Order: sequence, then structure tokens, then C-alpha cells
Amino acid sequence: MNHELDLSSPLEPERYELKAPPIYHFEVDRREFFKFLGAGVLIVCVLKDSQAEESVSDKPAQSVSLPKEVAAWLHIGEDGGVTVYTGKVEMGQNIRTSLTQAVAEELRVPVEKIQMVMGDTQLTPYDRGTFGSRTTPEMNLQLRKVASAARVTLIGLAAAQWQVDRKRLGAADGKISDTESKRTVEYAALVKGRQLTETIPADEALIPATQWTVAGQALPKVNGRDFVTGKHRYPCDQKLPDMLYGKIVRPDSFGATLASLDIHDAEQIPGVTVVHDRDFVGVAASSPEAASRAASAIRAEWKRQPQISNKELFDYLKKNPVEGSGPLESPFRRETGSVEKVSESADHRLQQSYLVNYIAHAPLEPRAALAQWSGDSLTVWTGTQRPFGVRSELAEAFRMPEERVRVLMPDTGSGYGGKHTGETAIEAARLARAAKRPVKIMWTREEEFTWAYFRPAGVIDVSSAVRNDGKMVSWEYHNYNSGAAGIATVYNVENQRIQFHPVRALLRQGSYRALAATANHFARESHMDELAHLVNKDPLEFRLKNLTNDRLRTVFEAAAKKFGWGQTRAPGHGFGMGGGFEKGGNVATFVEVAVDRTSGDVKVVRMVTAFECGTILIRTVCAINWKAPILWPSAARCLRRLNLKMEGFSTGGSRIIDCRGSAMFRC
Amino acid sequence: MATTRQLNVNGRTYNVDAESDASLLMVLRDHLDLTGSKYGCGEGQCGACTVLIDGKSRRSCITHVGDVAQKKITTIEGLAQGDRLHPVQQAFLDEGAMQCAYCTSGMIMTAVSLLNTRRDSSAAEIARAMEGNICRCGTQPRIVSAIQRAAKAMNESRS
Ligand code: FES
Ligand code: FES
Repeated sequence: MNHELDLSSPLEPERYELKAPPIYHFEVDRREFFKFLGAGVLIVCVLKDSQAEESVSDKPAQSVSLPKEVAAWLHIGEDGGVTVYTGKVEMGQNIRTSLTQAVAEELRVPVEKIQMVMGDTQLTPYDRGTFGSRTTPEMNLQLRKVASAARVTLIGLAAAQWQVDRKRLGAADGKISDTESKRTVEYAALVKGRQLTETIPADEALIPATQWTVAGQALPKVNGRDFVTGKHRYPCDQKLPDMLYGKIVRPDSFGATLASLDIHDAEQIPGVTVVHDRDFVGVAASSPEAASRAASAIRAEWKRQPQISNKELFDYLKKNPVEGSGPLESPFRRETGSVEKVSESADHRLQQSYLVNYIAHAPLEPRAALAQWSGDSLTVWTGTQRPFGVRSELAEAFRMPEERVRVLMPDTGSGYGGKHTGETAIEAARLARAAKRPVKIMWTREEEFTWAYFRPAGVIDVSSAVRNDGKMVSWEYHNYNSGAAGIATVYNVENQRIQFHPVRALLRQGSYRALAATANHFARESHMDELAHLVNKDPLEFRLKNLTNDRLRTVFEAAAKKFGWGQTRAPGHGFGMGGGFEKGGNVATFVEVAVDRTSGDVKVVRMVTAFECGTILIRTVCAINWKAPILWPSAARCLRRLNLKMEGFSTGGSRIIDCRGSAMFRC
Repeated sequence: MATTRQLNVNGRTYNVDAESDASLLMVLRDHLDLTGSKYGCGEGQCGACTVLIDGKSRRSCITHVGDVAQKKITTIEGLAQGDRLHPVQQAFLDEGAMQCAYCTSGMIMTAVSLLNTRRDSSAAEIARAMEGNICRCGTQPRIVSAIQRAAKAMNESRS
């Protein structure tokens, strides 16, 4: 049965450039930590394997050394301030807010007392990266546990101080109080002069959702004021005294290598450092204009590689499977019944191909990094979803141990899966090493659209068979290159063959918001409409006839009702729908569009979405995060696909934002 | 060669050493360290760099610094009065009209310019006026609500 399939399977092969996670490195030992933070109480969250440490509630565990599998930690300082450390990063998902809220709730302190240190490879625990929608299910829970352990510890300290039974004590508003004597003590006073480390017990009970007072409520962005006043410093806003601006000389086509180089004129410009290192050519200068001038004074000739054009792209994808990925080794292949046998005897058959272009992530803040060397240690501020991954990249690029590389991630101007890598970090660091001064690199929009990695292009071939009464009997589905996320069908079809075919990469490609689910849901839902049309059925009725999953049925029915499915349409207007299941959420969306018959322009008139995801931690964040994806594809649609030509690439790449925000503001 | 000129930004006079065709955005960010105005495209298409020139919104990335030497330039840093936020800033906070917030400064400046001229726009008219500003995160509906809220607040404080 379809709904028994684990649709959230870990198969996300479109994360092509992710290597195996580096081995965990724990850099700050406990004493150093207290030296850095001052005295107080430190609570460390340990992942499962080593969770069998001593229990906090019984023994103040001074003897515990920091275990290896640390997920997060929290420090309560002598001033009562709470500092929380997590390797996750903020780029617009508002997790700085939702994680702060989780801690406030469990530790019973006002939100203003909490500071979140995020994505700093020297101070925060190792984290694989902020992607795949894992922050809320995992980190939120871990921080809740840490914070609740801290509360228990503080209660223990107060009980010892007052010589009373801890059961009489409660925590609220940054204080412990005795329910009988009505005595209270502030957290700040309790931790004064201590250097206490605790690891959290595996079985610490959390406050049940029904008693949440902060979580689940709307909470404004914690540092929102810094954003509306322009005070927040994004990666591209970072600055150091003596800093230089870097500029890279790019090849004129993908994969080209340097044939000849003349840097003489550029080197004559005072104050300019020119770096030539194999195929890397770049300059550093005291202002962005000076850097641009120097870069354009360099004459480079490139040896081009043969390129595939737009026309040949989809053919290429079908003809170039990754070596050895026959049907058996394919990372996703699923077969039930026999598609061949049933198809022959079915009333109707349908075969269609759906094409997915390479598209850019287009974060509004292009990649940026500031690099500084001191001696043989390197510090880089950069916008990335994987600070620890970028640290590994830097260590590898400069052949140095990771311990000497520190990567910090200031809250960033979005990523959408496009900032997993450290291109600008490496470029800035290379120039900084040569110039012996800090160097900042800010990619232009054109560089961002050309030299970042892309959402994989793909071909999706679907063949299906259906009976006259609308019952689907066979479903054969092949996805070439675009990815396996969301590849399974949510509908009940007895005979299925579903397969993902990895392809030898043509361009640098990587994960993209929602991964391949967008493409797979689009292909499947489009095909469902075409099938409904073929058997003369209403598309909603047709879907429901082939769908037994209750949760998904519910969202389809709820959205249809709210939308007014079946109402008469205004002339030139059309109705449509799509739905699916992804990462624990069931979604159905109905849309009304107006089509201008002369120009062919399509305008979105309205959309209704029903969404069911389980517990909602923060209403605003949740609402923003699911509303945005409704608008998001419209934005993606507005972004011109990457134009490939036989030689190099189209220079029109920078003018990629064609129809801009208009559709999005109106819908 | 670079020439020194005076710029009036947020009520302060700065001496700036830049070519007259240097972009205002770059001068603000790199010479004056006013980094609240953002680079998004550098060609006038996204609105992230929007500032006010004599009260009207302009794309600073395609504005030459030589053209605005005699004018009053306001950036996002100059909008609040001391600790008191401009009603548009306050409304963006209250409506949570931001995700990564990289577009926010440009959005706020465009909205201020709009509300300087009229405060009775419908949601559709606001949407139209904001079309030149891109929010890639998809915060548009909240931005429209924030601007409506600010318009109301500004009308109320006037009456
Ligand atoms: S940076 Fe000026 S409009 Fe995009
Ligand atoms: S909030 Fe990210 S671009 Fe608008």
C-alpha cells in the first residue's frame, strides 16, 4: 500500500556534493569554556549513544568530562544571562526565535535573557548542517532537554542551599521559589561562583504541550529590531580594519582551464595584490572599484570544454546514467505487481514526459565571505548552511588541520539549500593569504547565477493505465537526475515501478529547497489531471477514488470546500489543484488563475491551501514557513532558467529576475 | 581621479572621496560603513538597495554619487528618531514581515516613500507600488499588511 511506504526515507541523493560528515571534533574543553564564559552552570546535551552518563538530579556531576557526542550546550552565567550554543544557523527560517522560545519555556526565563550563539565552529557543537527541515524535530527537542535539565539542576542547587525537599520547589521567571516558605532565589544568585557541568539525563521529562506557555504562541523575531534598523550585519556587511576587497577572474565557460595569462598591467596598479594559483586568478585591492579595475586589467585566455546546449540537455540526461547504476544498484527503485501485464489489458493508457530545468537558488544575498589569517590560523565569516562543512573545505584547500580554521556564520540572507558550500570562503582566504590582510569577497548577482550550484535538471517519464471507472491500475515512473525526494506516489495503484536514475553530472548541482519533491509532485499531480481528463472524471473525484490515506484525503477535501471547487468560473479563468505528502506534512492546494488569451499570460487570482503537519511550535513561524512555499514556486517560475549554449553560457544570466515580485505581491 | 565631495546622509555631512560615477550604494556601504542598504543585483532590478533622495525612493545601486551631492539622502539607519522607530519599521516588526530580512531595508524605504505621498492605498495598490522590490523568501502578504498597518498608524498620529 502506498501510504505504508516511508516517504520520508533518508534517500536524498540530490545532495550530490555532500561528502560523508567529517569526524567529530570537540575543541573547547570545559575549563577553557568557563575561562571564556565566566563561572556558572553549563549543561551539555549528549546524543543517544553516550546518553548513559550520570543523572543530573542525583549527583552534581563535577567529575563528568565532556562527552564526544555533544549536540548543544547551554550556559547560565553569574548575571543570570543564558547563552545557548548550537551549530544550526539562521537564514530566515526564524529558528533563532523558535529555539530561543524552546529554551525560555523549559528553563522558565524571559526571552530577553537568552542569547543564541549559532554556527560558530569554535564555540558551538559540531552540526552537519541546517537543511532537510531537521531543526524543529531535532534541535528544538535537544534544546528543550538541555533547558529542562538546567531547570532541574537549579532546583537541586536551591534545595541544597535551603536544605528542603526539591519537590517543594518550582521555577518561574528566572527564579526558583519554595511553594511552602514562599522564599525565592534568582538563577543568577544560585550559579554565582560555581563551575558546574552537567550532562542531561536521557529520560528527562519535558513540559507537555498542553502546559506550554511560550511555545505555540506567536513570538516576534527575537532580534527583529536589528533588521528593521539596518543594524544587523550579514556576511556581506562584515568588515575588519585594513580589509581589502577581492575579485575573481572567471573563465568564460564552465569547466574551462587557463590557457594563458597576462597579469603585468594589473600588478602595476599600486596597492593591488594579484594571485595566480593554477586555474585560480584573483585580485585584492583597497576598494571594490579598485579590485574591479585590477581584475579587468588582467588578460586571461581559457581553454573551453565542449558544452551541452539547452536543446540537448534532456537527451543527455537520459543517455548518461551514472556508471554501474543499473536497475539493481539504483538508489531508489520500487516495484510491486507487474506494470507490463496490467497495462496491456487496461482501458486507457497514458505516457508523458515532464522536464525540469536547471535553476538557480537566487538567495537575495549573494555568497559572501571575509577571511583573516593570523599566523597559520584562519578565521572566516561567511553565509553558509554548513559552517562545519566549510571548515572542512578550507582545511582541505589549504592543507591544514581543521583545528586551525574557524568559520562563523552571521545570520544570512537566505539559502534555500544553495549555500552548503564554501566557494567565497576559499576565494577570500586564498587572496587574504597572499595579501597578508583580511579580504572580503562578495559575489555579484551574475556570479551567483553562474558559479553557484544549481537545482538538478531532470526528465520524468510517466506511463500509467486506468480503467473506465477511474480506477488506476498501473504506474510507471522514471526520474532521471532530478532526485528521489517525493518520488513515491501517494495514490493507491497495485502495479507500480518507480525508479530514480542518477546521471553523470553536467553542471554543479545540489540540494534545493524541498529537494526534488517539487519536480516529483508536479509531475505526478499533472499526470493525475491528465488521467482524469482521459476518463472524463472530475480531477478531485478522480484523486479521491484512488486515495485511501485519510490525512491526505482530509486536506484535499478541506481545501476543496474552502476554495469552492465546482463553482462556476469567470470567463478566461481556470481552476486547478495539487497535493501530496512530504517530510511529515500533508498538503493540498487549489488555485484560480486568469489566462489572457491573446498574450498567453497567466495570473494567479487566488490560492487555498490546507496543510496538516502535527504540533505547531510557533504560529507565526509556522505560518510564514508554509505560506512562503506557496509563493515560492511562483518566484521560481519568475526566475529565468539557466541558459546553456554550445559554448560557454549566456551572458544574459544576470538579468535573471524577469517578472520579479509582481505575481507574488498580487497572489 | 577620485574627487572629494560632500554628501548629506541621515542629517549628517560626510566628506567622500569617490569618482562622480561611483554608485551611491557602494559609497554608503564601503566608504561610510552604512551597510543597512543591501546589494541584491546591482542593476536596479531588486530594490534591496533602496534609499530616499529628498524623500523619494531611489535605487542607490544605479544612482551616481555625483548626482546626489546636493540632495538629502536617507538610509534605513536614519529612519528612526533616537529610540523611536519609524511607523513603517514598527509595523514590519509587529506584522513579522520578514524572514531572512535581506529585502527588508529596501522594502521599508520604498514603503516610506509611498506613505509620504499617500496613505489610503488599497492592498492591491500597495502591492502594485511594491512590485519593484523582490522578496525571495515569500513574505509579500505580510509586507502588504505591515504597510497597511503603518498607514493607519501614521494617519492616526496626524489626526
Ligand atoms: S541592488 Fe539595487 S536594485 Fe538590486
Ligand atoms: S525576507 Fe528574505 S528576501 Fe525577503
